[in-house]
Amino acid sequence: MSLSTLSIATLRKQLCAGEITPSDILEDLISSIEKTNPEVGSYLSWDVEAARQAAKQADISLPLGGIPIAIKDNINVLGEPCTCASKFLENAYTAPYDASVITKLKEAGAIPFGRANMDEFAMGSTTDNSALQQTNNPHDLTRVVGGSSGGSAAAVASHTAIAALGSDTGGSIRQPASHCGVVGLKPSYGRISRYGLVAFASSLDQIGPLTKTVEDAALLLNAMCGHDPADSTSLNEPVPDFTKALHRGVKGLKIGLPKEYFVDGIDPRIREAVLATAKKLEDAGAELVDISLPHTDYVVATYYILAPAEASSNLSRYDGIRYGNRTKNPDKLIDVYRKSRAEGFGPEVKRRIILGTYVLSSGYSDKYYLKAQKARTLIREDFISAFKEVDVILSPTTPTAAPLHGAHSDDPLQEYMADLFTIAANLAGICGISVPAGTIKEGDSKLPMGVQLLGPHLGEEQLLQVAAAVEQQ
Amino acid sequence: MAPNPIDVSKIADLARLELTEEEAQEFTPQLESILGYIEKLDELDVENIEPTSHATLVFDTIREDMARPGLDRDAFLQNAPDQLNGQLRVPKVIEEA
Repeated sequence: MSLSTLSIATLRKQLCAGEITPSDILEDLISSIEKTNPEVGSYLSWDVEAARQAAKQADISLPLGGIPIAIKDNINVLGEPCTCASKFLENAYTAPYDASVITKLKEAGAIPFGRANMDEFAMGSTTDNSALQQTNNPHDLTRVVGGSSGGSAAAVASHTAIAALGSDTGGSIRQPASHCGVVGLKPSYGRISRYGLVAFASSLDQIGPLTKTVEDAALLLNAMCGHDPADSTSLNEPVPDFTKALHRGVKGLKIGLPKEYFVDGIDPRIREAVLATAKKLEDAGAELVDISLPHTDYVVATYYILAPAEASSNLSRYDGIRYGNRTKNPDKLIDVYRKSRAEGFGPEVKRRIILGTYVLSSGYSDKYYLKAQKARTLIREDFISAFKEVDVILSPTTPTAAPLHGAHSDDPLQEYMADLFTIAANLAGICGISVPAGTIKEGDSKLPMGVQLLGPHLGEEQLLQVAAAVEQQ
Repeated sequence: MAPNPIDVSKIADLARLELTEEEAQEFTPQLESILGYIEKLDELDVENIEPTSHATLVFDTIREDMARPGLDRDAFLQNAPDQLNGQLRVPKVIEEA
């Protein structure tokens, strides 16, 4: 069996037993990328020579020693491109430093390898907003992979990555994980440093792992979590060994089923799969509890005010002065900004900058932005109340399986509605995970689907405990 | 009809973003439809609710005031679109009299 198909945990055992070397894993990955990437398109670039050097020097006594990890192309790795799948940064930016999460992965012995495609600046839920390349779902090439961490999910699903990092602002790890049939975890806000992650919406963004197994997600969390003085929002909280939670079972745990997440518009086969998962957890000793998250109906509206507002501010740094695209022959300084940005950004990025600027503009910021911040409080309180009653919440990750390319290309609002079940976790700052729960048949294709588990802020251990039980089913 | 027709060109100007005529025409109905949807929040009574700006209630985090190395000049300038004598070069800002 090809090494690329194996999990981190399995490869680590073989490495420690001396059966394989880090170079064996890397060479196997390189040949799978060369074979598979032309049709799937997970990777924008990969630096073979740098990785070969790192594999030769890898210290396998470290927890992730010798394991290559694919990196979403919005996380800085020293000396590598970091395009955010945007023409603004393509061939015009080389990362001058390592993101803190990369420093931690390297300290744990891992080898960052390959730059995964994404929606431009992480704005989208298909990866079709990449300005540089199309990524196709490995389970049906005519369909999208989800997004925005679509390249990361497709790389893991097509066995061209052992595991990958993504970022999740409104579901951008969990949703593509669901569409590609892999595990995707969004940690609690503040768990992992965002230093060196290109900012989209700073109050919502978190880096997290996309993996083949729940155990691998726990292994990556072990390496990545913890306080970082370079990110003032990273929390100074102890980091447990997350793998210890995996074998605790679910006996006595209370699993909440929010009635607002089982409404019309969900593919009935996905609803059935979630309910079947709930039944199996009940059989394993968990107690099912019907709960309500009463402000669910306001989640998408709140998000599409706050996220573009923060994005319009964060993306003001792309001005053509210090790095990235600068327009040729501008008449005036202001044209450097206006034209460099016009040339560099794609349509979805422009739409969100305009939307964000509008909701923050004089006369409208109370009506939109302040109101959304208040609605966010209500949404957050929904979860605080729910987690007084239950340990973990179970829901679908997405209302449908992966759509065809171009399904919503001229109706952005329709595409936004696909994030309905994942956005609330970012607004509330809690943790969430998507775990594969079977496939559904569309024509000749078998499309993966995931179930989502949500846990309270810093509740990753119980989240993983239940996720491991779902995975074993 | 959106209750607040959006002047896309004016907002784009505030955002220092040049739009073509076609882009302005394409974005206007799309953004009006999104704005129409987010009016939904008007249904909520938020009069006495505190706004949330961050999900974790951590405020005023300050580091120790100590000198530390920053990005060195060569590392910074490797990405500069235009440079001269170890500095960034930008188009002339001051208009001639």
